[in-house]
Amino acid sequence: MKSKITLVIAMCLMLVAPNAFSATVKLGFVTTLTTPAAVIGNDMRDAVELALEHIGHKMGPVDVEVVYGDDEFNPQKGKQATERLVTQDKVDIVFGYIWSHVLLASATTVLDAGKILISANAGPSQLAGKGCHENFFSISWQNDQTPMAMGEVLNQRGVDSLYVIAPLYAAGKNMVAGVKRTFTGEIVGEDMTKWPDQIDWAAELSKVKAANPDGVFVFYPGKHGPAFIKQYQQSGLSGQVDLYTVFTVDSISLPRFQQAEMSGVLGTTMTQFWAPDLDNAANKKFVDAFKAKYDKYPSFYAAQSYDAVMYIKSAVEAVGGDMSNVDGLRAALQKADFDSVRGEFTMGPNHFPIQNFYSREVVEDSDGRWTTSVRETVLNMHQDVYASECSM
Amino acid sequence: MEWALLIEQTLNGLQFGMLLFLLAAGLTLTFGIMDLVNLAHGSMYMLGAFVGATIFLWTGSFILAILLAVPLVAGIGIIVEISTLRTLYQRHHLDQVLATFGLILLFNELVQVVWPLDGLSVPFPDYLNFTVPLLFGIEYSVYRLMIIGAGIIVAIGMYILVAKTRLGMLIRAGAADRTMIYALGTNIRLLFTLVFGLGTALGALAGILMAPILGANSGMGEQIIIIAFVVIVIGGIGSVRGSLIAALITGLIDTLGRSFLDVLLAIFIPVNAAEAAAPAISSMLIYIFMTCVLFFKPQGLFGSQTR
Repeated sequence: MKSKITLVIAMCLMLVAPNAFSATVKLGFVTTLTTPAAVIGNDMRDAVELALEHIGHKMGPVDVEVVYGDDEFNPQKGKQATERLVTQDKVDIVFGYIWSHVLLASATTVLDAGKILISANAGPSQLAGKGCHENFFSISWQNDQTPMAMGEVLNQRGVDSLYVIAPLYAAGKNMVAGVKRTFTGEIVGEDMTKWPDQIDWAAELSKVKAANPDGVFVFYPGKHGPAFIKQYQQSGLSGQVDLYTVFTVDSISLPRFQQAEMSGVLGTTMTQFWAPDLDNAANKKFVDAFKAKYDKYPSFYAAQSYDAVMYIKSAVEAVGGDMSNVDGLRAALQKADFDSVRGEFTMGPNHFPIQNFYSREVVEDSDGRWTTSVRETVLNMHQDVYASECSM
Repeated sequence: MEWALLIEQTLNGLQFGMLLFLLAAGLTLTFGIMDLVNLAHGSMYMLGAFVGATIFLWTGSFILAILLAVPLVAGIGIIVEISTLRTLYQRHHLDQVLATFGLILLFNELVQVVWPLDGLSVPFPDYLNFTVPLLFGIEYSVYRLMIIGAGIIVAIGMYILVAKTRLGMLIRAGAADRTMIYALGTNIRLLFTLVFGLGTALGALAGILMAPILGANSGMGEQIIIIAFVVIVIGGIGSVRGSLIAALITGLIDTLGRSFLDVLLAIFIPVNAAEAAAPAISSMLIYIFMTCVLFFKPQGLFGSQTR
């Protein structure tokens, strides 16, 4: 009997041992690597690889390895990929996530396992407010914030009536709520479309024409963005009603707009927490290296992914590579002491950044490439509105 | 409610209906006559979009793209029929679903290998890229009007084919009683291949016509094929006339529902609740309509009673 117990203890020790003493930190990165939305995931992976190169694949004393998981643009598949990373690959931290609905489906898998989860894009209100968690951090933004900045821009431009079109899913609802929160004019129409199935907006655009607003606000991330803007131009609305977008025109879609000579995109305004020409040393290093390595501008998805690796590095270094010290990791992540490509920011009590939001304009750079350029600070050190609902 | 908006949305609905008709016509023929559940019909629509877009981008001629891509994709469809589907006709529907679902995965991956990952962006042909003034000051896209026109031409062509020709007679006979036409000595293999090729050609045509609006993307077929199945169930499996009428009704219900349901609901419930409920309900409308049709007419609107 005694020998059996000893044997069991020995086996348990063997199971624990490789984790406790490993000199490699394993990180899981979930994004979209198949379906047409993979253009975003590939951009994020490019940024993660660049970040690993910049840190020499080391975080403090330990080597770092990133395992990629593919969510196939589908909440169920995203949850499965997350489960694989947690149980099979035994990663120490899970990060990534483009889509709010995928993140919401996957979050409990990571958090119930007692591991740390970091969003590199999605910022659903649920995780910022009542559903906040001590082990969940966002290195991007809360969904409502960017459209809130856009609402301010609309006020400044004297837009009195606005038509809102967005997809019907977690992030789309947050975007609409966000712009409504700051926009002081009248919302003359609002359409929520089936996501991601609906790719023809004839009915919605006809309603816009009938409502004849001062401006149209849309949120269509990924491949839906170029499709929407193309149909907007074809409907005869462009030039008559100004289009204001968030997360719709980005460094991934701009080369395609340029290829198709859709010059109507030039000069359009969006809001964001970051821009490729934001003036700070970390950003300059990132954008220059990204352009040199991949011959394209990094998207905001890429910037967040690059930042996420640097962010994790700051925490792993703080605990000296001991990933079993979750309390230490958490404290370091709360401090967020690293040089972000967005410049100065602090981590709020609900683990979402408190940061600036800027207006950005689509311009042609000195090489003739279409990109976005930062114009002015719209929201100064802004904290999301759900933070007060969070109790940790 | 403004008449201009109502008319414009009706046109949008008709255009969507015509797209559904082009897809459903092929689907109802293969399902009705060959008793084949072909989920991969959407892949033919996608291939039509990709092949048509590629030819259009190369040659700059949209008409040439249609003339070349339709027979090309129909040829691919016939090869698939001869090599894969032919062995499935005697099998259970579930086997057919599995096999054609496999074809969907195959074609989705294939277009990602051949074409860019994020698909192709297709410009409008210059001579169709403008709007025309209609009644009540409506400016409507000529391109979308052209799709409605193309649907009408196909509908007339299908009517002549089905009602006036020997092939059409066999198609109608096949939809009514498959075993009997086999017993009467018809070369059923050839008939099936021809019908499948015809269905594929219509699906491919739909793909090319939609490419300038939607672009060509891997997986674009699955988004529309489910609605096309709803259409053939409403119209009655095997009936081309049924698929036309059901497609137009479905297109109108979906589009008008998306446009006016919130206004309509607001009559009965508070405006806020109406605006919140409308998007969810409007995306269910066509399925609710299908359920109602099946309740009163289990064979569909124009389904054959002998099946």
